[in-house]
Amino acid sequence: MTSAGSARPLVASDSAPAFDAVLGFAGQTVAVTLAEARKLLRDPTELVSRAVQPVLWLIVFGQVFTRTHAIPTGSLSYLEFMAPGVLAQGVLFTAIFFGIAVIWERDLGIVHKMLASPAPRAALVLGKAGAAGVRGLPQAVIIYVLAALLGVRLSVHPGGLLCVVALVVLGSAVFSTFSLIVACLVKTRERFMGIGQLLTMPLFFASNAIYPLDLMPGWLRVVARVNPLSYFVDGLRATMITTGVSHFGLGVDLAVAAGLLTVLVLIAARLYPGLAR
Amino acid sequence: MSGMSDSPTPVITTSALARTFGSLVAVRDLDLLVPAGVIFGLLGPNGAGKSTTIKMLTTLLPPTAGRAAVAGFDIVRQAADVRRHIGYVPQLLSADGALTGRENLALSASLYRVPRAERRRRIDDALAFMDLVGSANLMVRTYSGGMIRRLELAQAMLHEPTVLFLDEPTIGLDPMARRAVWDRLLDLKAQGRLTVLLTTHDMEEADMLCDAVAIMHQGALVRIGPPADLRAALGPDATLEDVFADAVGGAIEEGGSYRDVRRLRQTARRLG
Repeated sequence: MTSAGSARPLVASDSAPAFDAVLGFAGQTVAVTLAEARKLLRDPTELVSRAVQPVLWLIVFGQVFTRTHAIPTGSLSYLEFMAPGVLAQGVLFTAIFFGIAVIWERDLGIVHKMLASPAPRAALVLGKAGAAGVRGLPQAVIIYVLAALLGVRLSVHPGGLLCVVALVVLGSAVFSTFSLIVACLVKTRERFMGIGQLLTMPLFFASNAIYPLDLMPGWLRVVARVNPLSYFVDGLRATMITTGVSHFGLGVDLAVAAGLLTVLVLIAARLYPGLAR
Repeated sequence: MSGMSDSPTPVITTSALARTFGSLVAVRDLDLLVPAGVIFGLLGPNGAGKSTTIKMLTTLLPPTAGRAAVAGFDIVRQAADVRRHIGYVPQLLSADGALTGRENLALSASLYRVPRAERRRRIDDALAFMDLVGSANLMVRTYSGGMIRRLELAQAMLHEPTVLFLDEPTIGLDPMARRAVWDRLLDLKAQGRLTVLLTTHDMEEADMLCDAVAIMHQGALVRIGPPADLRAALGPDATLEDVFADAVGGAIEEGGSYRDVRRLRQTARRLG
């Protein structure tokens, strides 16, 4: 009896700090994301310049390959097939250079100040990932508008749109956190630029972004299946295009994205403090 | 540490604290006792180990040997508690130029979990205290170096820390801006609740601000005590500069890597 009585307040006092910690974590994460989002809205030049490449892919590459009918894409036109791939590519190319900004913040003293604050490292990292997520959304808008103009049959189903938003935010968060990890390892801008460029093209071409998996030789198909970009493209293809279907299953795509983000944030949270040393 | 042992409650204690980088010994066997309510200066030539010491005490860098406690918490085992009780202004520029002064403060308030109901008042108070009310809604990139330093101080104070760590707080500032930072620090000290540990190259600053100083050379502590005592010990007309030269052997400075120098100059340029 007495033990049960004394156990009660123990549970309450145990769960209250836990709840408080979760609340604090969320608040700190959102604060970092909002600060970054605010900066982005003030200076949207980067968003505009980042939109140029996807525009080229759709209007030039996409238009030409749609005419050749060289790539079998089933019930979709080639342009419809590649539009989600181009969005995923835009997200990847923007997010993968995110580490540069982190190295810049290190060369100033912003990283040091952040790390001397009591905010959990994971909250700082996730906040940054959220900011990168916000950064991906305007690209989605641009590609939607452009694809619609080019006659792509886009789905406007609310659930589908919500999935697209989720995938773009998750995709940006995943690749930006990956980029943060690289930044923590190489620590200088020069080395980072080289590695960033080294990574983007293989990730893009060894994926299902601009040609279907079935077209690939066996070894490449294996690579594409472990390439996270393929899952984002696959999910986007199923949700963006009216007649699009998922190869892996939308649930798998989202689970891979969320799982990968969790793992990457945990790794980044361990490495991030190294930037201040 | 001998000069300080009569003090009641030490806020910073280190014992045999050390940090090496490969074969380089940045800080060796550091024993320090900093009592509550003082401004304590860490002096020394480039590469003496001042910044490394601050980085260890602010939990940014784990020590390789020895122990230290800040505000009663162990810097390794209770790092999160230490971080909750300290404010830190890095030597480098740490305010975000793409945000306004007020937004920088709001971000700090969130990261330090200043109670929501108090945020507005504390931010307003901090802006008023640091004489930044008129420029609170301007982008920090339009601020002068002195304004940025005062904003950074305000950010570091917002959560009412026990100890404030300032790494070269007036580097790169013109004499007027430097004076304004000193005045704020002296005001804070007069309020009596805060302990400040700062590093500086500026002997005038150390003499004017600090209740006690420690001079480091090649990673080791070579002098410690109130500036007046150190001066008196050397001779009747000795300045703190003389004490410094005597302590570090008047040697031409040898520390400080290319990278350190580059960073220092960048900071000075951005603040100036």
